[in-house]
Amino acid sequence: MTKPAQVHQPLSEAGEFAEGIPHEKLARSRAAQTVLWVLLIAAVLLAPAVLYPVFVMQLLCFALFACAFNLLIGFTGLLSFGHAAFFGGAAYICGHVVKVWGLPPLVGILCGGVVAAALGYVVGSLAIRRQGIYFAMITLALAQIVYFLALQLPFTGGENGLQGIPRGTLFGLDLNDPLSMYYFVAAIFLAGFLIIYRTIHSPFGQVLQAIRENEPRARSLGYNVDRFKLIAFVLSASLAGVAGSTKAIVFQFASLTDAHWQMSGEVILMTLIGGMGTIFGPVVGSVVIITLQHYLADIGSWVQVVIGAIFIVSVLLFRRGIVGELARMLKISSV
Amino acid sequence: MSDFILEATDLSRSFGGFMAVRNVNLKIARGSIHALIGPNGAGKTTMFNLLTKFITPSSGTITFNGRNITHLKPEEIANLGIVRSFQISAVFPHLTALENVRIALQKRLDVSYQFWRSRKILSTLDDEALERLDQVGLKRFAHVPAVELPYGRKRALEIATTLGLEPELMLLDEPTQGMGSEDVGQVADLIKRVSVGRTIIMVEHNLGVVSKLADAITVLSRGEVLAEGTYEQVSKNPAVMEAYMGIKAEEVA
Repeated sequence: MTKPAQVHQPLSEAGEFAEGIPHEKLARSRAAQTVLWVLLIAAVLLAPAVLYPVFVMQLLCFALFACAFNLLIGFTGLLSFGHAAFFGGAAYICGHVVKVWGLPPLVGILCGGVVAAALGYVVGSLAIRRQGIYFAMITLALAQIVYFLALQLPFTGGENGLQGIPRGTLFGLDLNDPLSMYYFVAAIFLAGFLIIYRTIHSPFGQVLQAIRENEPRARSLGYNVDRFKLIAFVLSASLAGVAGSTKAIVFQFASLTDAHWQMSGEVILMTLIGGMGTIFGPVVGSVVIITLQHYLADIGSWVQVVIGAIFIVSVLLFRRGIVGELARMLKISSV
Repeated sequence: MSDFILEATDLSRSFGGFMAVRNVNLKIARGSIHALIGPNGAGKTTMFNLLTKFITPSSGTITFNGRNITHLKPEEIANLGIVRSFQISAVFPHLTALENVRIALQKRLDVSYQFWRSRKILSTLDDEALERLDQVGLKRFAHVPAVELPYGRKRALEIATTLGLEPELMLLDEPTQGMGSEDVGQVADLIKRVSVGRTIIMVEHNLGVVSKLADAITVLSRGEVLAEGTYEQVSKNPAVMEAYMGIKAEEVA
């Protein structure tokens, strides 16, 4: 951290920082942020006019999943390698609540979120005792247990998954109508995105950032670091659960794919390609990955090769991710 | 209340078979600046980590204002009023200087767990944060990310942040380490200024700074207390001269 070159720079020497510059950057960042928000909302509202609604709904579910994941890796500095457990686990819960108990889809999604939060509490409490790679390994191991349960428990349908989940109605609105369903999903996405945005820009988010930057220092200032991490973990898990539940309603099934460790890897990929620690990065990243998977489906498993190649290029050439690099080039803040 | 703010009794810590700190007794007088000195490997940093609970003692007790704090966590003793700095500058690199100080000030608003609340509420702390930055000569750099500050200013920022908690006891781990002579003087002045109304314990290699600031000195060597007293007393102690001062005598003069 301390470069030798800086050591002898005397305190009294005038800095090269003009007072105006940060404010200019701030103003530009605010303008850019407003533009991005308008673009995002417009895109979400208008997308079904040009694109296949189910495809866009899939995008939105994954975008929310990636944003929830980004709250941990980008803003708390915790790499979870088990987020599929919350995404997939919640999908099963939501499917069961809607299909077997016959409750409305909104209730199913909320149940999925609550169960994911509880699961997040358990996984988080165990994982935050360790750091770095050990943290990631604990989350992976616990997620594999969830995968095993999804395979073995009687209500999940084993290899076949939980099929034929009815879309049902929302306040009397028939969700079998593609557009009604679409705007239902869009509302969930925007609500989740707003919650994450607010969390990052809250006093709580400020402490998370401090922990990410310098954990021992945050402790020495009297912050109970473990508690902050755990709350962030639970928030992230529950929103990942909401995303998974929503996906179960959209596709009308919950499958093992959603809980598989590859899904945990995919969400890392989306976040890194879009730009971890940026607000809009995970959305962009999930659009890139899902679009590739969708349009390159014809070439079969070569999709993985293409995505792998893109990942390598992005890590080598633009480590900040798409949004992170753009923000740097335009000299604006990406948060 | 006792005249001693902090007392360590028979404090020991071993790593494997190695005793890094052995039966150390330490009494820190309220309102004083107390320096811990000693050659490399004498156990100063271990002692420091013990006092701030970043490591737990193998045996012995630590009391703060008469209260046993031996088994508290670092964040808990911070909330009692004991705040430390680190050997390597402890700033939050990608937060601005202002935001760095605000992290400390934010504690007293009691909103730190409120993730649903806008951080705009923190701007009520901006005036005080600016004032604290001004105290250490950093007001001009309020909106500069800490990572872009020169080394000496990072240390000043660290002190400003620490002061934001109004600590009763401040522990500084080599506050002038790695600085040019001009910076050393300024940081020493800064420490003197902020010591008013509080107690400071510092680990320091620069004996010039120690002689100028410290009211009391504890010399550690091989994990044990070698000598204690004022600078004059300690510097005349033959054991100390042999273990430590002998090499440094001309530097002090």
